[in-house]
Amino acid sequence: MDIPYTVEVRPDTGLTNGKIGIWLFLASEVMLFGALFASYILIRTGAPSWPRGDSILNVPLATFNTIVLITSSITMVMAWASLMRRRFGTYRIYMGATILLGLVFLVVKYFEYSAKFHHGRYPSTNNFLAIYFTLTGLHMLHVLGGMAVNAYFWGPGAKLWKTNPVWFTNRVEHSGLFWHFVDLVWIFLFPTLYLL
Amino acid sequence: MTSDHAADMTSDHAADIDRHVRVYITVFVALMALTIITVAVSYLDLPPAMAITVALFVATVKGSLVACYFMHLISEKRLIYAVLVITAIKFVALLALPAITHGNGYWIHE
Repeated sequence: MDIPYTVEVRPDTGLTNGKIGIWLFLASEVMLFGALFASYILIRTGAPSWPRGDSILNVPLATFNTIVLITSSITMVMAWASLMRRRFGTYRIYMGATILLGLVFLVVKYFEYSAKFHHGRYPSTNNFLAIYFTLTGLHMLHVLGGMAVNAYFWGPGAKLWKTNPVWFTNRVEHSGLFWHFVDLVWIFLFPTLYLL
Repeated sequence: MTSDHAADMTSDHAADIDRHVRVYITVFVALMALTIITVAVSYLDLPPAMAITVALFVATVKGSLVACYFMHLISEKRLIYAVLVITAIKFVALLALPAITHGNGYWIHE
């Protein structure tokens, strides 16, 4: 049996099922990160003293990573726009770039983490590092998850383009919504953890 | 831009997409500029309250640009807005929890 409303719009919602599905999922993600942001506020305002992020963390590396993620958002949206223009080859280039930029983000994060560990700074060291590793660690898992889905649509999942291009375009749009959300979370994490 | 556009990929939409792409590039440039502003402001050593206000204001502008244009929220269907309004109310309640805890006197001071 086919999945209903993947291509045509469902009359009562005015949406495809995939679109409403990804937005409901993102709503749950807002609450997941929201709970951790609330914890951050609680821990920080309750602490007798709190270090400024830039006294412990590497701001130039994080600024670079911010630029990398924002760039990956534009390549993601361009990948979708390429499919809308029926240019599959261009789609592959933009989607490939999105995946590679995600990889660059993770590699930079690896160097950041290992520098912390090298200096004996662990999640157990203090509350600042505990919330830093929790928030950035969870965010990193999201980058990894988004990359896995994007890689699927770049590789084996792209076969759908030949049989049902509209469905494939919708799937890439939904995957993009997740990817932009991951970018959006980082836009708030970066100043909160590194600059304040 | 929404799924019904995707359902109808005719050449009529080619010009439409070209216009969207120009918007995406403008948004991208704005996001880059705002990132530089965020980092530059942090070097000014503003008083904490001021620094937090500026940093979160700029982050909110950046976040809104991503949500409105890259995530197409500027022209979305009502059901999605409804989901997001409920989410926003609960998100604000969640962030208000630390303040409520404080108000109730559960706070431990030195």
